Amino acid sequence: MNRYVAIFLTFARACLVRDMTFRANFILECVTSLGWMSMNLAFYLLVFTFTPEIGKGTGWSKEPFFAFVATGLIINSIVQAFFMPSAEELTEMVRTGGLDAVLVQPLDAQFLLSMHRVDFSALANGLVGVGLLAWAVPRLDQPPPPVAWLLYPILIVCGVAILYGFVIMLAAATILMGRNQSLYDFWFYITNFSRYPAEIYSGPWGGPLRMLCTFVIPILLVVNVPARVIAQPLTGQTWIGVAAAVIAAAASLVASRIVFQRAIAAYRSASS
Amino acid sequence: MSDAVARPAAAFQGLRTWWTMLKISLEERLVYRGDFALGTLMRFLPIVTQVFLWTAVFGATSRADIGGYTRNDIVAYYLLTMVTRAFSSMPGLAGGIARSVRDGSVKKFLVQPVDYVSFLLAARVAHKLVYYAVAVLPFAGVFFLCRGYFPPVPDATTIAAFLASLVLSFLLGFFMEATLGMLGFWFMEVSSIVFGYMLVQYLLSGHMFPIDLLAGVPTGVAGVSLADVVRWLPFEYTAYFSSAVWLGKVRGAELVRSLAIEAAWVVVMAVACRIAWRRGTRRYSAFGG
Repeated sequence: MNRYVAIFLTFARACLVRDMTFRANFILECVTSLGWMSMNLAFYLLVFTFTPEIGKGTGWSKEPFFAFVATGLIINSIVQAFFMPSAEELTEMVRTGGLDAVLVQPLDAQFLLSMHRVDFSALANGLVGVGLLAWAVPRLDQPPPPVAWLLYPILIVCGVAILYGFVIMLAAATILMGRNQSLYDFWFYITNFSRYPAEIYSGPWGGPLRMLCTFVIPILLVVNVPARVIAQPLTGQTWIGVAAAVIAAAASLVASRIVFQRAIAAYRSASS
Repeated sequence: MSDAVARPAAAFQGLRTWWTMLKISLEERLVYRGDFALGTLMRFLPIVTQVFLWTAVFGATSRADIGGYTRNDIVAYYLLTMVTRAFSSMPGLAGGIARSVRDGSVKKFLVQPVDYVSFLLAARVAHKLVYYAVAVLPFAGVFFLCRGYFPPVPDATTIAAFLASLVLSFLLGFFMEATLGMLGFWFMEVSSIVFGYMLVQYLLSGHMFPIDLLAGVPTGVAGVSLADVVRWLPFEYTAYFSSAVWLGKVRGAELVRSLAIEAAWVVVMAVACRIAWRRGTRRYSAFGG
């Protein structure tokens, strides 16, 4: 384990050195990423000029909702920084046979393929998320109890683990299919569902969609559970959500590991 | 006399070249038709979240409308912007032009009797034709399922104005992005500029929300709202305008005036694109094979 930590730190250091070599580009990437996020925040601010809350009686008024958005920013920035850059390279590696070089290394292939690149500029959004959380939480009607602060980082890790499982399964699909650009688009579109509180998915279409995105593809647990713990009063339903998030995180990691191993076993090299 | 004969022949030759470029691009695009259809369906997914978001917003407020839009109007608006964006969005155009400058492949257009901008336009028309051919089914399916959100079909004049605005939005989107790509003659890498443009475009075109919602946002200048400022820019014609026309938000003299402004923006951007191409190729230099 220590060996893997040391290797990961070496990867991270190399990526940081490369980012700092092209500092202007790094700053530009941070700025563009922050620009996108600022636009979304401006949109939410605009929405709250028309309504006191998102969904009647849901409790997602301005401050809790911004705590929700902050949680999403933190989780997504971790995934975007540590896992997505490597996964995005995989399509090209499968197509060119570069994957072969990874498979002959005396290291776990999943570790190498999912963590060899770190995009530090993606962490800029996460830092803004922390700042937004620091702004929103003191303005909540009820301050979060100590147990909420204890659970929050654990649930952030669970959210990251669920998304990491999705990334690995998409990577496995890439290995099996050779090319799956649409599936990566699918990743973007499906994670879009996690950007809003689960309560908005109600009614004859929303109810089944909420069930689907909670129990089949547990994307709604990723942000909703930690955000609810920190921004809403703890109720029995919150605890069910906490249990579901922990189970979903474990299941996501295990399932993705199995799928990935099978994909590697079925892999046929593209190189000569 | 010989001039009179030569002119139609040259025009015919030009049309044939254009038709050949269109055919090549059509064949290229049809290779990926499955990916196209899947991609088109998936592009509706963010609208699903927007539908639920705005339903929740309207559920929590006592207002019957927001910025003149009822909940159904908002949903219909988002769906209609998908149609407008299908005309005005030009994925990969600016980046492709900049890349051709960077890797030198643009130089073949400097020595061949083929105009680069016309070639790009023909390729883009082909891309769009294939896209519409493949996307018509997913679009029809989604619009049929969501028919309840739409107001009654507008009169023939409004439909004609809507179609004209779509064609103009295609041309405006093309020339705006092509001009942006021409910046590659001055800056080797334009990806950050393109990303910045996309951000501004997404916000100010009305793709993110109807521009009318900005009518209450002050700018610091008395009597001038943020919506007024946005209306002085060309972006709204690449998403908002066509949707607003269909929904009857722009009518009568205002509709005619807006269409004229849109056409004027097309001319301005086409001229800007030509100037950028002329000046860019003048300073361009390539070495080796």
